[in-house]
Amino acid sequence: MKPAILILHASGVNRDAEAARACELAGGAPEIVHINQLRCGERKLTDYPMLLLPGGFSYGDALGAGVRLALDLQVYFHDQLHDFIDRGRLVLGICNGFQALVKAGVLPGVRADRSATGLRAIEEMALRRVTLTENAGGHFECRWVHLAVNRRAKAAFLRDIEDLIFCPVAHGEGNFQVKDAEMLAEIEQEGLVAFRYVDAEGRPANGVYPLNPNGSVADIAGICNRRGNVVGLMPHPEDHVLPIQNPLGGAGRLGLALFQAMVAAL
Amino acid sequence: MTVRVEVRNIHPTAGQHIVRGAAKLGVYGVKRCEVVRLYFLERDPGDEAVERLCRLLLADPVTDVWRVVREAGVVAPKSPTSGTQALHVVEVAFRPGVTDVPARELRRSMAEIGLPDCETATGVRYELEGDLTEAELRRLAQLLLCNETVQHFALGEIAVHFGHETVAGERVEIIPVRDLDDAALLALSKARLLSLDLDEMRAIQRHYVELGRDPTDVELETLAQTWSEHCVHKTFKARIEFVHRNADGSVRSQETIDGLIHRYLRAATDAVWPEWLRSAFVDNAGIIAFDDEYDLAFKVETHNHPSALEPFGGANTGVGGVVRDVIGVSARPIATTDVLCFGPQDFPYDQLPEGVLHPARIAEGVVAGIGDYGNKLGLPTVNGAILYDEGYLGNPLVFCGCAGLLPHGKHPTCAQKGDLVVVIGGRTGRDGIHGATFSSAELTHETGEIAGSAVQIGDPITEKGLIELVEAARERGLYNAITDCGAGGFSSAIGEMGEALGVDVDLCNAPLKYPGLAPWEIWISEAQERMVLAVPPEKLPELQQLAELWEVELSVLGRFTGDGELVVRFNDRVVAQLSMHFLHHGLPRRTLRAEYQEPPPAQPLPEAGVELKFPGMDLNDVLLAMLGHPSIASKEHVVRTYDHEVRGGTIVRPFVGPALDGPADAAVLKPLGTWKHDRAFVLSNGINPLIGRIDPYAMAISAVDEAVRNAVAVGADPDRIAILDNFCWGNPTYPDRLGALVRSCQGCYDAALAYRTPFISGKDSLYNEFNGKPIPGTLLISAIGIAPDMHACVTSALKTPGNRLYLLGETKVELGGSLLNALLGERSGAPPSMPQKPLERYRALHRAMRDGLVRACHDLSEGGLAVAVAEMCIAGRLGAVVHLDALIESADAGALIIPLLFSESNGRLLIEVAETDAPAFEALFAGQTLTWIGTVVEEPRLSVVVNGAAIIDLQVEQLVKAWKGQ
Repeated sequence: MKPAILILHASGVNRDAEAARACELAGGAPEIVHINQLRCGERKLTDYPMLLLPGGFSYGDALGAGVRLALDLQVYFHDQLHDFIDRGRLVLGICNGFQALVKAGVLPGVRADRSATGLRAIEEMALRRVTLTENAGGHFECRWVHLAVNRRAKAAFLRDIEDLIFCPVAHGEGNFQVKDAEMLAEIEQEGLVAFRYVDAEGRPANGVYPLNPNGSVADIAGICNRRGNVVGLMPHPEDHVLPIQNPLGGAGRLGLALFQAMVAAL
Repeated sequence: MTVRVEVRNIHPTAGQHIVRGAAKLGVYGVKRCEVVRLYFLERDPGDEAVERLCRLLLADPVTDVWRVVREAGVVAPKSPTSGTQALHVVEVAFRPGVTDVPARELRRSMAEIGLPDCETATGVRYELEGDLTEAELRRLAQLLLCNETVQHFALGEIAVHFGHETVAGERVEIIPVRDLDDAALLALSKARLLSLDLDEMRAIQRHYVELGRDPTDVELETLAQTWSEHCVHKTFKARIEFVHRNADGSVRSQETIDGLIHRYLRAATDAVWPEWLRSAFVDNAGIIAFDDEYDLAFKVETHNHPSALEPFGGANTGVGGVVRDVIGVSARPIATTDVLCFGPQDFPYDQLPEGVLHPARIAEGVVAGIGDYGNKLGLPTVNGAILYDEGYLGNPLVFCGCAGLLPHGKHPTCAQKGDLVVVIGGRTGRDGIHGATFSSAELTHETGEIAGSAVQIGDPITEKGLIELVEAARERGLYNAITDCGAGGFSSAIGEMGEALGVDVDLCNAPLKYPGLAPWEIWISEAQERMVLAVPPEKLPELQQLAELWEVELSVLGRFTGDGELVVRFNDRVVAQLSMHFLHHGLPRRTLRAEYQEPPPAQPLPEAGVELKFPGMDLNDVLLAMLGHPSIASKEHVVRTYDHEVRGGTIVRPFVGPALDGPADAAVLKPLGTWKHDRAFVLSNGINPLIGRIDPYAMAISAVDEAVRNAVAVGADPDRIAILDNFCWGNPTYPDRLGALVRSCQGCYDAALAYRTPFISGKDSLYNEFNGKPIPGTLLISAIGIAPDMHACVTSALKTPGNRLYLLGETKVELGGSLLNALLGERSGAPPSMPQKPLERYRALHRAMRDGLVRACHDLSEGGLAVAVAEMCIAGRLGAVVHLDALIESADAGALIIPLLFSESNGRLLIEVAETDAPAFEALFAGQTLTWIGTVVEEPRLSVVVNGAAIIDLQVEQLVKAWKGQ
């Protein structure tokens, strides 16, 4: 049976249908579920082995990209979501979904033991030490980029992606930044970097625009959590699932590989 | 007590563009600028709560610091580097009633984390370092930091409004009209911004004399909206006495035209009506067949006047409006287009007319407004153009287009007696009042002050909800008719939908943004993001459920009655009662005078002019100047700020070639949900106001050819292309303006027949004048076509060295309205004409594409052959050798090098073909003008050769640099 994938829709989410298509082509059984259907219990997170937060502008990104959706996640779904993650189920956040996971403090995750400190759930939002902020260029930008999987990433299934991924970014706030050098070292050492921006040959972008389109520190395009089952990235692999979508005309480097790797891991 | 929160980024980058912008204004004293976000709470929820709000929501823990201010009065700003430099503060906030989405989301978030409800507002604080006089500061505030149409500012701390209204509502005025003389009638029209002329005011007067009473303000406003140029197109429906004169002034012909739409545009459609045409002119958008299951809807609108006053909001709501037009035919919007005309970006500030925003500021705001709305809706912005001309200085043009997909036969259009009048989406406020009538007035330097309320800022996320809700409701068959609330607001939407049946609504059921609106204001407000549905009562609960799921507000205003009357109530009290018959048929038809005089015969060739401007006639310099011309140069800095990939169906995108920066002729799109076959569709456009300045008839021919040719160039089937017209013109009550418009419509008719392409929708924006000077009459033709096989689509980038380059079509001496003439300051010359049998030519080219014989294809437009081949080199990063000798033998142009290179004759394309495919390719063009003119070469160098000598010889890198302005 094809594994069910919950694609979470909230007001302003807009890349849900393409994400669903990518999941389908990868062998999954996607279902677009409105956040209100989850809230009222019409659908249950636990019924799905994978959760996908697609791109868009949830709630217009009015208080910063992904912030309002992050608040929803924390206020309405904190226990469910952590339970989901703790059980090792997969979560993928793309673009706005990535922003929401980061802003919620879910990705890469706040170190403190939640139950031990008695931390109020929502406080994760304020304790996070990474963020996605305004592009270095100061505006929204849409362009194709090359991504390389970090072979040391905690998310082991990413290693199934053999080639680079070539796909578009389309965002204004995709600049990945950390609170301090310590946090960056932690991310690097613990294998929390999932994807980096590289050139067409796979060499590091070294912060050079436009290979690194937004100024992200250490060319980080996507990260994962310590358990390796929550992955987020700014670019849109769901927009390159067939060769005809490739503006350079090649047959490889499909973003589909990410979805295939995740479905295979379910 | 009001709470004020200041949030600043610890790595501020946001202020750099302010420093640059100030320098452009001639204010050089700004050394540094810090941008601080401001949030205001009307009531203090207490220390802990505010801190929680800041930590969780308002300030990013990695990038931001925040502080809370409770005391009113001046706050001494802390600035890490203030040092000895003086620090100046400008704060900006929205005027009451302007859409402030962050404030709304803040309020909702407060509820979500359990804080007490209160009014909220947002603002921006600019901390400027440097020696600045108060006058300079004020200038910066007015010209750079604040747009007083929608915002207000303070030098120092701002006092915000929390959106409360104090004006008493419910008041209905009786407007005495029965005893007014002509002057008083006109004065009334002017005072209430009705934009009605004397005949129309008299018709209203007569009607009320017959009724034996005076109209209420609601009635008068309803008539003005319904009879506005915007809503009823009275110029395009008017009877026109047209005199066509020769250049010497003698009469060539004289006729009475029975309405421009009827006589030319609809007539052309009726004449060619192909089997795949589903709907033309009758609905909010035109509709053609896509495949067995789906149809495509397409509509292009203008939002010129609002964009002149508030560029961001004007363009923002321009996109929102056209997207609602497409929702209004029950389609799911899937792509947007935009064509923009601005004044010169380097126009001197000191020569700027009073009341005009600088063209650079207009351009920046318009582009940001389009990107903001389209990106947030998740619609790819895939096709467009940007033109610069002094004629658009006081009156920019903003054309916004939207394409949508709908299942065939699923668009209900007939409200039934007893159906409920249901409004969904945004709330109604005082915003956008008089938009419809304001668009029928000329702009003057005072317009900004008078018509401020006509301009708004959009809320794309609310509109996104409409898209989802309407699609879901359509699938379940929950409504019998649908329309958008555009110009004229409820009065137009409900008035039109109820035309046949009559309708009875109570305005007290309309959800309002704030209290205090008078009934007439509610009735005609053009507040954005609203749609009206006719819903059978038994379907209402299901619709309500869906609306709740998608978080869209829904209200029932009334019902369709069947008695043919428009009854508007407020709390049950009747505030308007009009017969639908008078409302929709009482408008007296206008008779207008139009004159057109042919331009003097073409001047001799401008070779001498080229020699003067470019000494030694260095054609390299001419070509580089053309590539760097703002209208030709790369638009990458703009287009990259639009998402052109969302929905994953962009097959030919705005950028082509290995460096992903070459210009595309048109966009090819594959709609989600239709991937089971290979069919895709194409969006393209044609526009050339320079030609229009010489000959509006030739402009129309050229615009249709350009739109069709661009579509064909990427792979559209020339027998499956439909077009839309958008006329932006001056005041049509002047016979010369109207005469040019008539010629342009005649060109549209002739071109549509020659290309067998129907007009499926159109829109006119008239009265585009500033302080009495008209814009250049501008016709945009937008095309939507079917590409039968997306795998056979072609781009303009050169592909492989050794391949041949063919020129399809005849090159004539047609430099009138050309880019060359524009560079030379030359205004005469013969404009491009109708090519010979263009459709046969395009059919042959399409056949060649379907047969896989075409490797690259690019149309020849501004700058002619020279620019086209240069663009193909740029896109492909490959060189080309072009031999003009081959053309000199075959062309009408004889041995004239300048026209061969730069003439803008219609119907021409450059085509790359592999050597081995050449015979098969040539065979398809028997009897047509097809010339092998060159070869693609490995060395990245463009050479144009005549008689063995290179007259153009440039490295591709030089071309790239000129074109990209590097």
